[in-house]
Amino acid sequence: MSYDVPHLPGEEFATSSDTERGFPMWEVFVRQRRGLSHVHSGSLHAPDAETALQAARDVYTRRQEGVSIWVVPSSAVSAFDPEAAADFYDASGKEYRQATYYKIPDEVGQM
Amino acid sequence: MSGDVTTLVESPVDPEAQFQAIVDAEEKIEPTDWIPEGYRKTLIRQIAQHAHSEIIGMQPEGNWISRAPTLRRKAILMAKVQDEAGHGLYLYSAAETLGITRDEMVDLLHQGKHKYSSIFNYPTLTWADMGAIGWLVDGAAITNQVMLTRCSYGPYARAMVRICKEESFHQRQGYEILLALCNGTDEQAAMAQDAVNRWWWPSLMMFGPNDSESSHTEQSMAWKIKRVSNDDLRQQFVDMTVPQADYLGLTLPDPDLAWNVERGHYDFGEIDWDEFWAVVKGNGPMNRERIEHKVSAWNDNAWVRQAARAYGAKQ
Repeated sequence: MSYDVPHLPGEEFATSSDTERGFPMWEVFVRQRRGLSHVHSGSLHAPDAETALQAARDVYTRRQEGVSIWVVPSSAVSAFDPEAAADFYDASGKEYRQATYYKIPDEVGQM
Repeated sequence: MSGDVTTLVESPVDPEAQFQAIVDAEEKIEPTDWIPEGYRKTLIRQIAQHAHSEIIGMQPEGNWISRAPTLRRKAILMAKVQDEAGHGLYLYSAAETLGITRDEMVDLLHQGKHKYSSIFNYPTLTWADMGAIGWLVDGAAITNQVMLTRCSYGPYARAMVRICKEESFHQRQGYEILLALCNGTDEQAAMAQDAVNRWWWPSLMMFGPNDSESSHTEQSMAWKIKRVSNDDLRQQFVDMTVPQADYLGLTLPDPDLAWNVERGHYDFGEIDWDEFWAVVKGNGPMNRERIEHKVSAWNDNAWVRQAARAYGAKQ
């Protein structure tokens, strides 16, 4: 395969190094065009918000992919623990939350 | 609801079985999911090497920006090299979701502990090499990367979708360079032929060892990191490329290359595996220079990073 370097006999692949930590990470959200929400595009490293915005423009919108960009420090994102499956509402058996659950006579027409 | 919660607590699932079930169902694995350590390590290795390849891959083409024959070609080449930087960044981000930082990966590359694709250890001797790289090297990369858009790891697959869109421009601009040369003077056509002579075999080597020699393929296939074998991808690439070479009027440098009616594919000759392994082991024409250049650029720019960090801290 193209960019995968074949394994050499006895290869030891390092997955960490004691290098100094660089710039903090930012999450990038791009509004593709007016009328749409900002959508997560990816992340990048930058020393401050202004530089992060400029880098986001260069990395994620080189082909006019957006008209507006947000950058948010990655450390500011909170999320559920993925193990905590119970945090997500089990909607099976609650089909009455869907519009298609209700039978409306054809005579009534489109509703 | 409380009944559901009790069920979850009372019958804990085997995380590895749950992981494999997601993979087998063609769903994507996402960063916070439980994953086997081997899956994590294999992905970091592959994505980091892919990222390093994009970054080191800026050098052979950057070499020709100042000597591009027209302003149009120069603008195109700059856009392409900038894309490679962007691809490297998407990929470092994808690898970072697996618990390694970009700085660590860059440091390991500089120390020689991480590798990048051997294709970038060949020199770019003439302008026609820009054409041959776009057409053949990016063509081989696309063959591989289209497969990777179906990879089981979400962040890697998503990066690949983006990259594939941009990579198509790279291949087409390369073919267009060769088209112009092949329709030009005899000297220009000869330059195109010379470049293709030098890049054809290294491009075939990009797909890696034969399947019979590829010890890690089976596990990667089971994890759906890899979806098609080295030899199958290489065959796809050859079948796609031969007619394109015919159109250019160029000869691919392989006397064994011939259409096989029974197989419905092109047969081709044996790759020089001694050369292949020599370059992987660090003894290609440009291995040392590529890393030296990368490290010196990093060191020369240390003051910019320091100043940016100091400025950022004041904001």
